[in-house]
Amino acid sequence: MIPFDFDYYKPDTLLEAIDLFQDLSEQGKMPMYYGGGTEIISMARANSIYTGAVIDIKGIPECCEFGFSGSNLVIGSAITLTKIVESGLFPMLGITIGRIADHTIQGKITLGGNLAGTVIYRESVLPLLISESQVVIAGNYGTRQAPISELFDGRMRREPGELIVKLIIDSTYTNLPFFHRKTTKIDKIDYPLVTVVAMKKDDRILAGFSGLCDHPFRSIEMEDSLNEKGLTREVRIKNAMSHIPAPVQEDIHGSGNYRRFVLNNILMDVLKM
Amino acid sequence: MMQLCGTDTIELEVNGEKRKVTVRAADTLLHTLREKLGLTGAKPGCENGDCGACTVLLDGWPIKSCLMLAAEAVGHSITTIEGLKNAPMQKAFFENWGFQCGFCTSGFIMTCHALATIHPGADDDTMADWLQSNICRCTSYEEIQNAVKQVLGKGDSSGVQGVVSMKEK
Repeated sequence: MIPFDFDYYKPDTLLEAIDLFQDLSEQGKMPMYYGGGTEIISMARANSIYTGAVIDIKGIPECCEFGFSGSNLVIGSAITLTKIVESGLFPMLGITIGRIADHTIQGKITLGGNLAGTVIYRESVLPLLISESQVVIAGNYGTRQAPISELFDGRMRREPGELIVKLIIDSTYTNLPFFHRKTTKIDKIDYPLVTVVAMKKDDRILAGFSGLCDHPFRSIEMEDSLNEKGLTREVRIKNAMSHIPAPVQEDIHGSGNYRRFVLNNILMDVLKM
Repeated sequence: MMQLCGTDTIELEVNGEKRKVTVRAADTLLHTLREKLGLTGAKPGCENGDCGACTVLLDGWPIKSCLMLAAEAVGHSITTIEGLKNAPMQKAFFENWGFQCGFCTSGFIMTCHALATIHPGADDDTMADWLQSNICRCTSYEEIQNAVKQVLGKGDSSGVQGVVSMKEK
């Protein structure tokens, strides 16, 4: 049971949502946009967060868009992981998010929620980073569109009151050869020890990583090393691992050395793509 | 725009019936089903989305009712274990001894019922994947798996009487 009260709003338009966020902020309600709500509910129940109002975005048409439009795949931020998995429209994304939590939670977690949440792994961002997706964001200025690589630096950077509306993916990325491996400490359903998602485009390997550092990332330097074809696989991997952009995590899931060992083995398989 | 401030009355469709219920905006669906509507089949286990004891169906898909606000369920069709009314999966659990203490059973049945309805041709990997959603403290996993296989028409149902698989239905 959530130990404090909040108000619930379900706006019908983007404008309503943005205006509401501003009004509620001015009233001191500390509003939160609400997608699937799994993180908000579980953290509220534990009294780890407080809000005086939630703004459910599942009634906003733009946040519920899903499908191919021209040469792009458009996925609204309120689309659930289950819907993406079951659609089969973007297999690399489907397989990646199909390993986040379990089936019953995937039916509630939304793509926008996973990207914007506080849990550090955010595995859904990996296919979006390597497919060079665009993000549409709304604020009191209207909407803007930017490459996800500009907005995501470990977490989605937004100004207060800004809302992730949808992701736009060039459809050519949706059916390229890809690789996905999520390793966990014991259980199949767990946070990742190391997750690697990779894709081959124009004979170049593109790769994203979660679980390795305290944030998911794509590293062009690591990709350059992996794609240096004149060298042996072992050297390419050694060089790539020298470009890991942040300290490797040391926690209950595994030591830094063990994570490096696991990553080394996964990259061996990536190079066989 | 729908809004719910403080405590208010909403209408939920539960097991095919329209039910008016007064809730706090912060009330979870699990709390509302159990404490306001008297439907105690969905169990409060971890209340953190881990155990699956509170699983219900929302428009036919399994969700954990501890991680859903009652307000969010307005306009959707909710099915609890009380609404299954002797479905093939319930009979299969009974006939395969797919339970011990029974606390997790309704959640497991809701997940498995949804699997058999949504993916009647589910292979073993899909079944194993879906069964990860629920936890049984008494470890009845093998019997639960047998029950699901029976309904999916993949199990050895020799000696089992009166079970109609979803495929035959």
